Amino acid sequence: MERNIYVYILVMFVVTYLIRVLPLTLIRKPIKNRFIRSFLYYVPYVTLAVMTFPDIVQATTAPIAGLLALIAGIALAWSGRSLLTVAVASCAVVFITEMIVL
Amino acid sequence: MLQENKTWYLRGMRDGVPIMLGYAAVGFTLGIAARNAGLTAFQAFLASLLNNASAGEKAGFTVIEHNEGYIAMAIMMLIINARYLLMSCSLSQKISPKTGLIPRLIIGFEVTDEIFGVQMNVPGMINPFYTYGVITMALPGWSLGTYFGVVMGNVLPANIVSALSVGLYGMFLAIIIPPAKKSRIIAALVVIAMAASCAFAYLPLLSGVSAGMRVIILTVVISAAAAYLFPVKEEDGYGA
Repeated sequence: MERNIYVYILVMFVVTYLIRVLPLTLIRKPIKNRFIRSFLYYVPYVTLAVMTFPDIVQATTAPIAGLLALIAGIALAWSGRSLLTVAVASCAVVFITEMIVL
Repeated sequence: MLQENKTWYLRGMRDGVPIMLGYAAVGFTLGIAARNAGLTAFQAFLASLLNNASAGEKAGFTVIEHNEGYIAMAIMMLIINARYLLMSCSLSQKISPKTGLIPRLIIGFEVTDEIFGVQMNVPGMINPFYTYGVITMALPGWSLGTYFGVVMGNVLPANIVSALSVGLYGMFLAIIIPPAKKSRIIAALVVIAMAASCAFAYLPLLSGVSAGMRVIILTVVISAAAAYLFPVKEEDGYGA
């Protein structure tokens, strides 16, 4: 059976939007429970760390370029550089490394 | 108040620049995937405009390509995007309880890994105008990137795409490393999370778990363990 691509896109949108918007609209008060507060406090750091590694090494054509970008990014962020600086520097490290090794 | 909103809006636009660049690159590669799945440039643009989810869209295009049905599509989206549910819960504690329905609906529309990240980086409560500023940059980058990915295919040199693809990770590092410098607990969590993520990516059996599920499982397990072992004091929590 041939299905409609626009219906597919609509299904994608409806499910994804509900996931994103329900907690934000339903949870209207500060959560008092200390465990849940602590849990939600730690979530961003863990999520972002899980998504960064090893994905950064898999995203580049040469894995070594991704690894060097990771090291450079950590060093720059550690020394307090801005979001934009760290992001652009990571890209530059990959571009230069791949020019050399590929 | 108006002046304050404007300041936050502009700050959001500034923080949105690296997101826009990264999204343009990711969107471009998504566009290539969309074209392979048989979508037109407009359909791919529409999918990106409405979804803003890299893993989710890629999975969605695969479902379309194999004509797997609408129910399969719904289940796929539910699983692969479930991490946004956690992020949305977390965000609900970062906005003022007085925030109205419309700002909540707009902030909820753009719960993505990157935009969630920069919002959590804002000290105290989020002014919705900050998020609007980020969206102003990110949404065109993502959707137009996808459009041009379909139209231009492989015109953009591979080395540029490769370099741009790490921009998002650089941004993540800029968000998690400074707090890790200040708190040994967060530093340890970052190291444990990365090590566990690596194990899931490469070890036999564990590597069968999809990327989306890996993020959910590790986030829940590690954050819950940390919350149990090191509950935060009131003043460390949100809005402090």
